[in-house]
Amino acid sequence: MTCLHLLLTLVFAVSLGTPVEIQRPRGVPLTKKPFYEENKPFTCLDGSRTIPFDRVNDDYCDCKDGSDEPGTAACPNGSFHCTNAGYRPMFIPSSRINDGICDCCDTTDEYNSGAKCENTCKELGLKERDVLQKMAEITKEGFLLKQQLIEEAKKGREEKQGKVTDMQENKKQLEEKVEALRTVKETAEQPEKEAKERHLKAWEEQKAAIRLEKDKAKMAEAFLELDDNADGFVSVSELQSHAELDPDADGTLTETEVQGLMGGAAQVDTSTFESVWTNIKDKYHSEVSREEADMSSAQKARDDFEDSEKALREMDDQIRNIEKELSFDFGPDAEFTYLYSQCYELTTSEYIYRLCPFNRVSQKPKYGGSETNLGTWGSWSGPENNKYLVMKYEHGTGCWQGPNRSTTVKLTCGKETVVTSTSEPSRCEYLMEFTTPAVCQEPANMDLLPHGHEEL
Amino acid sequence: MQTSHCHTPLNNYRMGLLSVFCVCLFFSSAFAVDRGNFKTCDQSSFCKRQRALKPGQSPYRALLETLELSDSRLTLQLINDNNKVHLLLELYRLQGNMTRVKINELKPLKPRFEVPDVLIAEPPTEPLSVLSKDDNGIVLSLGAESQRLIVSARPFRLDIMEGPEVLLSLNSRGLLAFEHLHLRKDTQAQPDGAEVKESVDGDQQQDEVEKDEDGEGDKEQDGLWEETFKSHTDTKPNGPTSISLDFSLPGVEHVYGIPEHADDLKLKTTDGGDPYRLYNLDVFQYELYNPMALYGSIPVMLAHNTQRTMGIFWLNAAETWVDISSNTAGKTVFGKMLDFVQGSSEKPQTDIRWISESGIIDVFIMLGPKPSDVFSQYASLTGTQSFPPLASLGYHQCRWNYNDQEDVKSVDQGFDQHDIPYDFIWLDIEHADGKRYFTWDPHKFSQPKEMLQGLMDKRRKMVAIVDPHIKVDSGYKIHSEITSKDFYVKNKDGRNYEGWCWPGNSGYPDFTIPEMRAWWASMFAYDQYEGSMENLFTWNDMNEPSVFNGPEVTMHKDALHGKWEHREIHNIYGLYVQMATAEGQIQRSGGVERPFVLTRAFFAGSQRFGAVWTGDNAAEWGHLKISIPMCLSLGLVGVSFCGADIGGFFKNPSTELLVRWYQTGAYQPFFRAHAHLDTTRREPWLFGPENTALIREVIRQRYALLPYWYQLFFQAYRTGMPVMRPLWVDYPKDTVTFTIDDEFLIGSDLLVHPITEEGSRGVTAYLPGAGEVWYDVHTFQKHNGAQNLYIPVTLSSIPVFQRGGSIIPRKDRVRRSSACMENDPYTLYVALSPKKFARGKLYIDDGHSFNYDTKKEFIHRSLTFANNALTSSNLCPDCNFLTSSWIEKVLILGASKPSKVVLKMDGKETPVDFEFDSSMSVLTLRKPGMNAGDDWTLLLQ
Repeated sequence: MTCLHLLLTLVFAVSLGTPVEIQRPRGVPLTKKPFYEENKPFTCLDGSRTIPFDRVNDDYCDCKDGSDEPGTAACPNGSFHCTNAGYRPMFIPSSRINDGICDCCDTTDEYNSGAKCENTCKELGLKERDVLQKMAEITKEGFLLKQQLIEEAKKGREEKQGKVTDMQENKKQLEEKVEALRTVKETAEQPEKEAKERHLKAWEEQKAAIRLEKDKAKMAEAFLELDDNADGFVSVSELQSHAELDPDADGTLTETEVQGLMGGAAQVDTSTFESVWTNIKDKYHSEVSREEADMSSAQKARDDFEDSEKALREMDDQIRNIEKELSFDFGPDAEFTYLYSQCYELTTSEYIYRLCPFNRVSQKPKYGGSETNLGTWGSWSGPENNKYLVMKYEHGTGCWQGPNRSTTVKLTCGKETVVTSTSEPSRCEYLMEFTTPAVCQEPANMDLLPHGHEEL
Repeated sequence: MQTSHCHTPLNNYRMGLLSVFCVCLFFSSAFAVDRGNFKTCDQSSFCKRQRALKPGQSPYRALLETLELSDSRLTLQLINDNNKVHLLLELYRLQGNMTRVKINELKPLKPRFEVPDVLIAEPPTEPLSVLSKDDNGIVLSLGAESQRLIVSARPFRLDIMEGPEVLLSLNSRGLLAFEHLHLRKDTQAQPDGAEVKESVDGDQQQDEVEKDEDGEGDKEQDGLWEETFKSHTDTKPNGPTSISLDFSLPGVEHVYGIPEHADDLKLKTTDGGDPYRLYNLDVFQYELYNPMALYGSIPVMLAHNTQRTMGIFWLNAAETWVDISSNTAGKTVFGKMLDFVQGSSEKPQTDIRWISESGIIDVFIMLGPKPSDVFSQYASLTGTQSFPPLASLGYHQCRWNYNDQEDVKSVDQGFDQHDIPYDFIWLDIEHADGKRYFTWDPHKFSQPKEMLQGLMDKRRKMVAIVDPHIKVDSGYKIHSEITSKDFYVKNKDGRNYEGWCWPGNSGYPDFTIPEMRAWWASMFAYDQYEGSMENLFTWNDMNEPSVFNGPEVTMHKDALHGKWEHREIHNIYGLYVQMATAEGQIQRSGGVERPFVLTRAFFAGSQRFGAVWTGDNAAEWGHLKISIPMCLSLGLVGVSFCGADIGGFFKNPSTELLVRWYQTGAYQPFFRAHAHLDTTRREPWLFGPENTALIREVIRQRYALLPYWYQLFFQAYRTGMPVMRPLWVDYPKDTVTFTIDDEFLIGSDLLVHPITEEGSRGVTAYLPGAGEVWYDVHTFQKHNGAQNLYIPVTLSSIPVFQRGGSIIPRKDRVRRSSACMENDPYTLYVALSPKKFARGKLYIDDGHSFNYDTKKEFIHRSLTFANNALTSSNLCPDCNFLTSSWIEKVLILGASKPSKVVLKMDGKETPVDFEFDSSMSVLTLRKPGMNAGDDWTLLLQ
């Protein structure tokens, strides 16, 4: 027969160095002590019924809310309070009382199970304080860094805004210039246009013939230019001096590349130069700078107009880029601005992971192989109270028989900006941990750290 | 897992060969079986040959003059009048109302295979006696109950009769056919290899001499000495060896069993389609409602009508096909009524035909007559369900894969954070070092003992997968030892058979060799299996065996197990794997602790070695629904410990489907969630607090009922009674129950009707039993039996009813794991019958050791409520076990209010507090407090 008696607990707590005993039923937090008055009928905390006090903690559940059995496992929905002097107090589900597993560091949850628990509250308290202290230091320094980041972001933003304003001013002028040149062009084109309308076909043919002729002339000219030693052949070495012909644009025009351009021949004469010319004519720069003497006035007007229009487009792009940057949500104080256009890497045993905030996340095998897109910037998606704790990158490379890859980046406070870990909890759903000062909160007052006397 | 297991790398593997083609193939066949990978009867030459043989006059004749009768064995020769080949018929009367019929060649060219290791012993016999004998046949007495066995001579036929009724006939349709072993004549006569026309020996039209002479190649008769399917050629050095026999069951319209098929509980007729196939195969994304073979095979069929239940056990491990036809199947209800009105003389009858590729005919006819008799008869042959450790009846959390130790830890913590109990967390193939089983990935699972200790500290356990394909790698201990001991299966040329599976090129240990199994078992010793501890258990997958590049994704039939071809033993390979693994777990504890091993492939007798699951299902409502008939079918043929992957293995379940699956799975024997590598995570807390609460609630219901589940498994272990059963098992005369497979019973006392339809707002459950009552276990509302009850449902509903007349002990204090609940008190749920009677049992032991068996350390009590008194009495007085569990509460459903309740114990009487809820007529006795092992009586006065 395992009738457990009403169990009262003696709690030794430390307050101002003086031990105090507070008697109350097992598992009851001090705040609720007034509801458990010895020798008076007990009313379930939900008010559902009143029972004799000897049915409190008698290992039988009488109250629907479990409040009559704070110290036993009798109620399915009960909770047990452990004081954990020296550490932090906590509630555990009453199903963990006497289940043979030590849950409370003060061992009070295992009073009748035979489990050998040791009181580890002091250790845990010290450890926690240690951790909290370190965290606090990090937070403190991180928060200072954050202030700088905010300051820099503010400056940067102002600069950029200023730049945009300036550029917009310039843009206006440019637009006017474009309009002016357009008029010039259209005027200059008028005779041409009329002729075109009349003899459109002939004109086209003529234009093509002219173009061909011009090209031929250019080719002949180029041949002569290229044939440095005037032996009637253009050789590999002669062509190689023209660095602008570099097919892969890596800055050096290798012999192999030249051979490629020359279709494998060591040298070409004028007749075979034609095929080489098709390969190089788009890039070829003549050595003698020369005016297109034969340029018609219409052509010149057209070119001027196109140049200015191009300049306008470039300026538009620049403005758009800055505006795009300015439009990002870089946090309430723009503290995440510094991450823009940066990338951070983490190397694991197999892969190099790369996080480029507000842009994309990728993964590249350490030992060769192509890069995989693990998602492009989606949105902030932290909890409601602070969405800036989590970044979501979506629509990465599709998985075989699975979804598109995506990455969740969890941000924690740190002095440095580092990717600390990556994992793939579900197939093709990546998780990345990232520390940055930008999420460091204003440090709490150190005095508020627990010292093991919350109870009193 | 895991065909997809199978499929992913399979495709990867193929992709290496023909990438684009394969991708196209895959996408066109996404989430449906690729039927072309598996044979139809027409593509299996022996099945085609045998099926071409139509019912008619049998060429077999019994030679009565050869009759020999010893005390319990009758032998008689049969002759095929077409080819003059003699067969030997053996008849045995077995104890427990069974008849065994064996037919083999009288003088086979070489021995034919007889399946070992399935029967637990040579079945004890009973005397047979000849009642009469004349030129037409013999009448034998089958002992009691006026049962007779009639052997008719010309044509040969057997009839089992009881009184004037024929219970069952053999060869009544003349489909006995035995392809006798013979030399390949054409190779001598016609070296160019032209095929000689041959046919099944039972063929009535031609006799063999004629055939040999005409010597024509007949395309339809191809496949006798060689057979090609897709790119695989099966060399058949023994030629055609198939066997077939028909059974007629007069008066029977309902037959069940022969798992594993994704089909209804009641077997369908196979006219016009393929027969049900029994051939253990790793089927990728199996289809529902068809007779295709799946991972396991149990060649046992049950026949049932209101008068009798019988069983046919066809002991053959080769590829087998089963045809079913019925004379009433085509008839509409109206047609049947017309028959009735017009007094049609035609009696319903079901005809069965078994066809196997090889071996001998060895049939056990179990004559019932009650369902429970058939279960005990079958159990007496092949053994009962192993009694599992209590913890294995709890909840299992599995996924392909928990990535590393950190992942395991955080999932473990997740359960505690969300206050959800579980007992086992599982590791799939990625845990091992390069799929070398018995090892751990050095990076992801570098400290397995630390991980296992962490689980042990929480009183929880782990299962790690060990598959039977072994990576061919000279640096791998398991491989090099198997090689040096010469334990691998051989190919037809005598070299080690190699096939493609998870680790790449793999060898397959020959589990048919007893020494190999002993060696395998020894590998589970703690000092051999590094990183293992006593809370690590095992999962055997891919043991059909799965061979990615083999014919039908399995082993070549001409591979060799010693002198026997794989063809002969195919369906029993998986049983041997689980047998050896379970033995290893027993041995590592010095024989003290019970094993827990899950298997995907199985055969008759597999129930002795652990649990079975229904393989690689999908996250679809249809798959949830089919889990019920699939496990019911297994339960009927001995395998009680059955479950389906909760949530569905392939694809991602909707939240509703997942919740419904948990609700269903919590009321099925093996309760494990599992998911494919490519699915998103689905631990129970990932679907919002409301759904977490729903899942938590139903897992808690499972844990509260663990004492009942445990007691039912004890009963299954002792008697062979299935734990999860169709309604007809307990209501054998109620024809309404014969086709029900959307609800089921757990034991006799709980009826469950899971919700398996999307968006369901209500279901109609059938409550059986005229004059009986059922109590809703959630509300205690009482309902009458023999009615269709409409039950409105919400997402939190799982309709479960307790039978009036039963007592179910529960542990309502649900904790983190079953081990944590060991010493907790019981609440007795006494559900009164209309006659105010109830009965139940309580079983308690240590939950994990064999001491219940070796030392009789258990408590087994009978609980009876009669005459207003609830009494606990000892069912095992010489048993000896002490428990600290006590009775905290008694709920009596359907009670009236007493004036006083008294506990009588040790000659003393003490009053007991009570409460009475008059709206539901529930009487609650407060804290009577007696120890669960004591004798006591509670009197209501």
